[in-house]
Amino acid sequence: MRKFKEGVIEKTLLTSALITVAVTIGIVSVLAFEAIRFFKEVSIIDFFTDTQWTPLFTDKHYGILPLLSGTFLTSAIAISVALPIGLSISIYLSEYAPKSFRKTVKPMLELLAAIPTVVYGFFALIVVTPFLQGIFPNLSGFNSLSAGLVMGVMIIPFISSISEDALHAVPKELREASYGMGATKLQTAFKVVVPAASSGIIVSIILAISRAIGETMIVAIAAGQQPRLTFDPTVPIETITSYIVQVSLGDVQHGSIEYRTIFAAGITLFTFTFILNTISYGIRKKYQSNYE
Amino acid sequence: MEIVATRNTIKTVENTTNMESEECQKPKISIKNVKVWYDDFQAIKGISMDIKPNAVTAFIGPSGCGKSTFLRLFNRMNDYVDGFSMEGKIKIDGSNIYKKKIHVEELRKEVGMVFQKPNPFPKSIFENVAYGLKIQGITDKKLLASRVEKALRQADLWEEVKNDLKKSALALSGGQQQRLCIARTLAVEPSIILMDEPTSALDPISTAKIEDLIFELKEKYTIIIVTHNMQQASRISDYTAFFYLGELVEYNKTNTIFTKPEKKHTENYITGRFG
Amino acid sequence: MVSEKNTNQIMNKIRVNRWKDQLFKVWGVACTLIGLILLVVFIGDILIDGIMRIDWGFVTDLPSRKPEKAGVFTALMGSLWVLVLTTFIAFPTGVAAAIYLEEYAKKGRFSAILEINISNLAGVPSIIYGLLGLEIFVRILGLGASVLAGSLTLSLLILPIIIVATRESIKAVPKTIRDASYALGASKWQTIWNQILPAASGGILTGVILSLSRAVGETAPLIVVGALAYVPFAPGHPLDDFSVLPIQIFNWISRPQHGFIENAAAAIIILLLVTFMMNGVAVYYRNKWQKKWK
Repeated sequence: MRKFKEGVIEKTLLTSALITVAVTIGIVSVLAFEAIRFFKEVSIIDFFTDTQWTPLFTDKHYGILPLLSGTFLTSAIAISVALPIGLSISIYLSEYAPKSFRKTVKPMLELLAAIPTVVYGFFALIVVTPFLQGIFPNLSGFNSLSAGLVMGVMIIPFISSISEDALHAVPKELREASYGMGATKLQTAFKVVVPAASSGIIVSIILAISRAIGETMIVAIAAGQQPRLTFDPTVPIETITSYIVQVSLGDVQHGSIEYRTIFAAGITLFTFTFILNTISYGIRKKYQSNYE
Repeated sequence: MEIVATRNTIKTVENTTNMESEECQKPKISIKNVKVWYDDFQAIKGISMDIKPNAVTAFIGPSGCGKSTFLRLFNRMNDYVDGFSMEGKIKIDGSNIYKKKIHVEELRKEVGMVFQKPNPFPKSIFENVAYGLKIQGITDKKLLASRVEKALRQADLWEEVKNDLKKSALALSGGQQQRLCIARTLAVEPSIILMDEPTSALDPISTAKIEDLIFELKEKYTIIIVTHNMQQASRISDYTAFFYLGELVEYNKTNTIFTKPEKKHTENYITGRFG
Repeated sequence: MVSEKNTNQIMNKIRVNRWKDQLFKVWGVACTLIGLILLVVFIGDILIDGIMRIDWGFVTDLPSRKPEKAGVFTALMGSLWVLVLTTFIAFPTGVAAAIYLEEYAKKGRFSAILEINISNLAGVPSIIYGLLGLEIFVRILGLGASVLAGSLTLSLLILPIIIVATRESIKAVPKTIRDASYALGASKWQTIWNQILPAASGGILTGVILSLSRAVGETAPLIVVGALAYVPFAPGHPLDDFSVLPIQIFNWISRPQHGFIENAAAAIIILLLVTFMMNGVAVYYRNKWQKKWK
């Protein structure tokens, strides 16, 4: 009887674990199912080479490039803010700051990542854009610059926290050896500690990129809804994610080609983040075995 | 057997004469009434002593007696410890190393350190030895190569690694790693080498090699070694200092300490009755 | 002569290095403070914009075309529904999956696949979960754009976070507790239920609260699932239409009239209050729990 009960419990637990596999299968098949039907109507070559994305207009074009360029533009701006600041914070906290300072500041910075993204969107549109317009009068009301900058602030803690963990895990003995030969803290940080923690730092950067690519609300609110193939940060653009939001807000018939475009866009986004996540998982596994 | 014994005696006699002549020399390091605190805990309770140049001085004592803390004062390695504060004077070659204007980086170039566990950087053998030179801004490849070779030869490692200089230092055995760390220290050309239990993580054969090396190095360098191992202290050092609970109990020629210590406490420790 | 020149060069180099070191220190402090200052500016600015708008009416009023009459009542109730339903769905499932992975799954291909899979799910953008929910829950299961469909979608979204946090907490339970229980003749499940879960509860709770705080702030997947910006009544049933606070905020931000911006700021204050409170509680439990084991 006891054995039977234990068996039932184990099966129940197993089922829960299998749900996670079902979710992945669900995501892939839902995206693939609708995307395949989309590609029956739209040539995959057009999808990747056409430079216009106008599925909601009468003159329909289905070129993903403008959405991709919008996604990469905002992400690139975000990373170029978050990478130097996040890395500097992590090095400062792990190599220079007193323990008590580190202990208070780290959770406060992590609070930046806990703020709902719709709040960041508000900030980008209502505060940052008007402020930047004071400096660059040509800046449009919707633009990738303020969306990217604010997104950069949001992902600072991803880089600073995970990198700091990796730097902190570098054995104290290596630092002492370097100090003992007359190196400054800065030299020790960049020549010994950062190289030793490089895999953890790379993981943090990849996670941040993946997060930036998938970020939705900031760009949906502040970057505009005009898909265009450009790297000009001052004009309105549209990202993959904000296109999905735009269609979802409108009244699009289930089963129509417009409905399927969001799945075609979704599978493109999923592929990119999947590749990034897999790389970071691989590095993390290798790095764990290196340190243990 | 007898011949060996005689030789040893002669050696000891020579050593003693050497030391007597050294005694008129100026001390390499002179320490005056040094006290150290970690927050409220007093780790060193007022120690004064002189360290002789070109000799090996051993620091012995039970764990927690402050000998490592004391050793790390000489290259200011305690500076980065939270809650550290000190009083007193430490002079190396006559200049106070705790005065405000001193550059710790320059001091540490002068006072090298070898640690308890071998701690090579996760870089190649060559890069490990060249590290100290590179951070001083030396970029001349020929000069680097010759200094690296010289240091590896001094550390008796050259023959073993000369064909593998590009290999990762982590691939070396523990004993080789520790000799690499010594070579890394020597490359910067310090005049003092601090060793914090350098053989505690090594097997007896590797230990013997390091001890031989220390013996060779003292011709050119002033060496201070912290050790838990009484035999090691008596084998390699010229002077021995016994620490207990943050105080210097006894400091004398190694021979004297191990044959006729002045204090009962020292005798108990070196004969293994406590500690 | 040569050596003197060398010494001088080295001294100069040391001086330059020290100077760079100090410069970086200043830069590091500046970067850290920028992060914190921005946090303060964000919150300060939103408080200035919205605090005057918050009164009892704002919390209890229904949505309206006129900004001064509009309130967050339906959105707040929608968020509450989502919070409760998501807790009931995600909490048991996530903890059960974590127990299986940590205590039952044998090391091998199968558990490796499960692990890679969970790590990957944690990195899938939230909007993709929206697409999953739209197709599976809204269309195929026919739940429509209901509060249940939204909660199921968010549950799947936070499942990986709960699993990872629970596994970490179970791992931190000392092995001695397990051994002691087995030695007294307890079965595997008895040991897990009576010893391991209570011992790991603080860590699990922290993870669950943090993941729920993420769910409360999520907007994009619910927009895709079809949550509405304008719902005249608070949901009374899991299959009712719904809105949530973040969607209400999003809707107000997109309106041109200034009054709605003020409303958005006021709603943000309420949302941040909820989020920060949940984070605060989570951090409190984490500290309390860590003290117990360390």
